[in-house]
Amino acid sequence: MSTEALTSSEYIKHHLQNLTFGKLPGGDWGLAHSAEQAKEMGFWALNLDTLGMSIFLGLIFLLVFRSVAKTASAGIPTGVQNFVEWIVEFIDTSVRGSFSGKNPLVAPLALTIFVWILLMNLMDLLPVDWVPRIAHLLGLPFFKVVPSTDPNATFGMAISVFFLVVFYSIKMKGLGGFVGELTLQPFGKFGLPANIFLEGVNLVAKPVSLALRLFGNMYAGEMIFILIALMFGGGIGIGLFGGALQWAWAVFHILIVTLQAFIFMTLTIVYLDMAHQEHH
Amino acid sequence: MNINATLIGQSITFFVFVWFCMKFVWPPIMQALVERKKQIADGLAAGERGKHELELAAKRASENLHESKQKAAEIIAQAEKRAVQLVEEAKNAAKAEGDRMIASAQASVAQETVRAKEALRAQVAELAVAGAEKILRREIDAKAHADLLVAIQNEL
Repeated sequence: MSTEALTSSEYIKHHLQNLTFGKLPGGDWGLAHSAEQAKEMGFWALNLDTLGMSIFLGLIFLLVFRSVAKTASAGIPTGVQNFVEWIVEFIDTSVRGSFSGKNPLVAPLALTIFVWILLMNLMDLLPVDWVPRIAHLLGLPFFKVVPSTDPNATFGMAISVFFLVVFYSIKMKGLGGFVGELTLQPFGKFGLPANIFLEGVNLVAKPVSLALRLFGNMYAGEMIFILIALMFGGGIGIGLFGGALQWAWAVFHILIVTLQAFIFMTLTIVYLDMAHQEHH
Repeated sequence: MNINATLIGQSITFFVFVWFCMKFVWPPIMQALVERKKQIADGLAAGERGKHELELAAKRASENLHESKQKAAEIIAQAEKRAVQLVEEAKNAAKAEGDRMIASAQASVAQETVRAKEALRAQVAELAVAGAEKILRREIDAKAHADLLVAIQNEL
């Protein structure tokens, strides 16, 4: 923030702090005004910016797609309908390519994941100071505009996917089949401890890698934007150079933004496909 | 960057969004897509059929045209033949008529000739008799020589 004299380190920290709502040390409920306060709130606190932005973006997605779905007909599609149908068709092709079972949940799930994460990631392309600045004018101490740079959001989605994977594994193979898959392979029943260890790691690695991949990519991208934004305070020459860098990084970031959304979606489909398949 | 209840909020939001998408977004759009695919396929098939029919019709038309041309040629040939025939017939008829007329003329000429000969014969006999009478009046009696005169007359 340029209004106060901040050091670079403070500027970065400020940008990386979520708007957290929770129990303040005094016993009242309210917004945390520093990173320490947010930390002290413990688990029972909410990152209002993450939740707000993700719900806002999710609603945009659903409203646009719902408005198209309501008027969708086999006739000549309008502009928005065309665009929406293009995405739906793309998702449908991906699901058909990777998912061999029959489950009406998977394709809408993939669509939601892809578009929602894409929209969240796209927030990264907004200049880093715009939204925090507006939030500051509204009296909010922090505002992190990209929900996918908050591990809460990425882990929230990854754990939901993990829950679905476990649910469908048990549903398709039965509890015995699921437990058997965890305990009886790859070494047979005499290698049971090793089996549990290997398969357990395998199972847990799915949501963790899903969440951390998205979080890591977006966090790193955001960090670079923040570092570039620091250059704007360094005089006209460095500022202009920073502008060019920001533009270049944003262009490159469009690729990452789309790719990460696509990877999250594809891996979800693949994990669910594995959950539906009988092993051996 | 702390893990907190946002995690749970995000999960709940996630499930609500997925549910909504599965219930109200995906099926109608998919249905429209499937329907459109079918419509396009039908349209293409109809177009193909139309093209095929057009080809058939063109073939039939050209066949018809060919046939008509042939028929017309046949008719013309027949007409020409008939015309030649008519001319021939007319010629023949005319020739026959001419011949008939010539024959009748010849016949009448012959008749006239015969008649004229008869008349001449009678007259020659009379003249001969008259001549002989004149001669014989001077020399001989006509009655005495009558049998001679008749003999001469028959010789003519």
